[in-house]
Amino acid sequence: MDNIRYDFEIEKDDFERAGEASSSIKKILRQLGLNSGIIRRVAIAAYEAEMNLVIHSNGGSIVIEIDPRKVTIFANDKGPGIKDVKLAMKEGYSTASDRIREMGFGAGMGLPNMKKCSDDFSIKSILKEGTFIVMKMFLKDGD
Amino acid sequence: MKLIDIMEKVKAEVLCGSEFLNTEVQYAFGSDLMSDVLAYVKGNTLLLTGLTNPQVIRTAEMADVVAILFVRGKIPGKDVIDLAMENSMAVLTTKYTLYTTSGILYSEGLRGIEQD
Ligand SMILES: Nc1ncnc2c1ncn2[C@@H]1O[C@H](COP(=O)(O)OP(=O)(O)OP(=O)(O)O)[C@@H](O)[C@H]1O
Ligand SMILES: [Mg+2]
Repeated sequence: MDNIRYDFEIEKDDFERAGEASSSIKKILRQLGLNSGIIRRVAIAAYEAEMNLVIHSNGGSIVIEIDPRKVTIFANDKGPGIKDVKLAMKEGYSTASDRIREMGFGAGMGLPNMKKCSDDFSIKSILKEGTFIVMKMFLKDGD
Repeated sequence: MKLIDIMEKVKAEVLCGSEFLNTEVQYAFGSDLMSDVLAYVKGNTLLLTGLTNPQVIRTAEMADVVAILFVRGKIPGKDVIDLAMENSMAVLTTKYTLYTTSGILYSEGLRGIEQD
């Protein structure tokens, strides 16, 4: 398998299209014939990342890379950044507005979910500049 | 439990996916919190929810939910149904509340997801 890379632009507050990138990612992985367990983990992590970009960021991108050993998801945005990343990673911590909660988000479970779905998870955030997340899911025999 | 039996027990109406009514679901999960759905659901699951926005279908798609049962008589818009059809999901609606629907289905043998 050659390395494959797809880029998706994610707009702030675009609830109409929110989830389309993750849906495309899921279809791509299916076409590659990966096993349903890893597809699920990637799809869930990508979707949580995509929703965070729509809800909390000024917009950004989701990039997926597939090589023979792993699937990597990059979620990068243009700010506003996270003040306390350690706190943001805690289950239940959320700054989502009431409007967002009414839509079913804001449980404060997204970042912990992303970490759980990944074999390797890293997050870096710089105030005013942006948040940069890298998630790796390693392919095992049979994936 | 088969979707068609679930339908009968909670007097549900089919909004789309009537061709999938013979599908067997192993578990059910009831929530209006999408991140919880993503965290808990593990395949072959019926999702019970009162939320009717497109994100419910997207969430279900990512979590491999096989069917959605809207409670409290909720009926989503056409865009939501179209999205469910694109994803080959059955969508049902019942007048019962989340609690009552869950109680009926549980007593009929449909179990919830246990955290590991
Ligand atoms: N890309 C981002 N830019 C700025 N802040 C973010 C970003 N992602 C997350 N956050 C902050 O971290 C908090 C926790 O994020 P997390 O995804 O865990 O929960 P949530 O999005 O609030 O709720 P849920 O994901 O359960 O719907 C958010 O409420 C927000 O304050
Ligand atoms: Mg989130």
